[in-house]
Amino acid sequence: MPVNKVVQSFDKAIADIGDGASIMVSGAQGPLGVPRNLLLALRRKGVHNLTLITATGYRSVSAARFYGFPHAEDWIDHGILIDNHQVSKVICAMAYVPGRDSILQKQYEAGEVELEHLGHGPFIIRMWAGAAGLGGVYQPVGIGTILEQDKEKRVIDGREYLLEMPLTADFALVGADKADSYGNLVYKGTGRQYGPIMAKAARVTIAEVDEVVEPGGLAPESIVTPGIYVQKVVRAPPEVCK
Amino acid sequence: MKERLDEQTMALRVARELQDGWYVNLGFGIPALCTNFIPENKTIFFFAENGLLGFGRNADYDEAGRLGWRYVDAAAHPVLPVPGMAVFDYAEAFDMIRGGHIDCTVLGGLQVSGKGDLANWRLPIYKGKGGTIGGAMDLAACCKRVFVVMTHTEKSGKPKIVRECTYPLTAKGCVDLIVTDIAVIRVTERGLTLEETAPGWIAAEVQELTEASLEVSPNLRVMEL
Repeated sequence: MPVNKVVQSFDKAIADIGDGASIMVSGAQGPLGVPRNLLLALRRKGVHNLTLITATGYRSVSAARFYGFPHAEDWIDHGILIDNHQVSKVICAMAYVPGRDSILQKQYEAGEVELEHLGHGPFIIRMWAGAAGLGGVYQPVGIGTILEQDKEKRVIDGREYLLEMPLTADFALVGADKADSYGNLVYKGTGRQYGPIMAKAARVTIAEVDEVVEPGGLAPESIVTPGIYVQKVVRAPPEVCK
Repeated sequence: MKERLDEQTMALRVARELQDGWYVNLGFGIPALCTNFIPENKTIFFFAENGLLGFGRNADYDEAGRLGWRYVDAAAHPVLPVPGMAVFDYAEAFDMIRGGHIDCTVLGGLQVSGKGDLANWRLPIYKGKGGTIGGAMDLAACCKRVFVVMTHTEKSGKPKIVRECTYPLTAKGCVDLIVTDIAVIRVTERGLTLEETAPGWIAAEVQELTEASLEVSPNLRVMEL
């Protein structure tokens, strides 16, 4: 049987994601790398009680409006799952700006959503530990700050480090430029974002791409995320913002 | 009221500290204005934590549209590619930061202490877990040099250079240089040294607006602007 990871619809691609799943979602800066159609499918499916592992705790509508994207109000990113009350826990690097009409803030203060606010480096290094099969990593960021709380501290060669535990997820949703049918991915511009690290850290990675090619259609040297990390591929329709 | 430097002039002063060939991160706000003040005979590689090294100036909307929003910086501003630019992912970017490969970060500040502690990610009025840490703690703790550019006092007149930070810390003992709208202050093992004053200001006036005590450099001079 020839391997073909390409799935024909977004709804099929996310069919295995059920209530209570943990999901990493790439994309936060700019329009590239955001798996929009997978997120829309997840909203349609209406699964609940999700753990969302992502850069920000908000939808970047204001940024989209500021930069003049067409239909900024309809801006789609991981934030739509929070807005739609499908999330019960958020693990992120940037939680929310208090007072700026944050839906996460409201849900967090009402006790509906649990929040782990990590900062960027610790957020990434924890996924890296999960991706690489490590039991934890000592890293130097957050000494003397709120990030120290409840963490083991160790001095190595005179410098203080905090122990970060590995972070994995049931699923990763990533956006990329091209895939072949074996799941090898290449990205465009600054659209890589968290794609490479999340694809490695999750048990099942679903990639939304602009173009699908046959095996051999991508130069082996150009591949950023090897297909071993990618279980499903689905092609996005052409979009205004892209 | 004595005249203070405006934001562009503060950025000009701190930009002069950036050396040819450095890999430099600029924070949001005043730090980002430094790009306006790099002379043509200097090559500075600007770093964005979302995965860009050596990028060009901000693109306007038309330019960004033509490029398909291909390159954006860490604030999602579209930027122009320049020859020699490199793209990568967030994990690579934070290895560059954490591994101490970035020569310098220029950050904004809410408070800096006499020991060089920095607080810049969250106002204390926020309740619970709010705020956005982002890459601030990584940059402050791990870049080779940390320059802070900020107004010398809060709008209320309250000093921002304090004995101990009362706002949530970003990193301990990380700051090397503070450029404000009235002074340039270096952080050393002994504390804070006042090296320059803005035109029209004398050391005693700067100290009056500074809670931490300043040692006046024997080479104290007026900022050249």
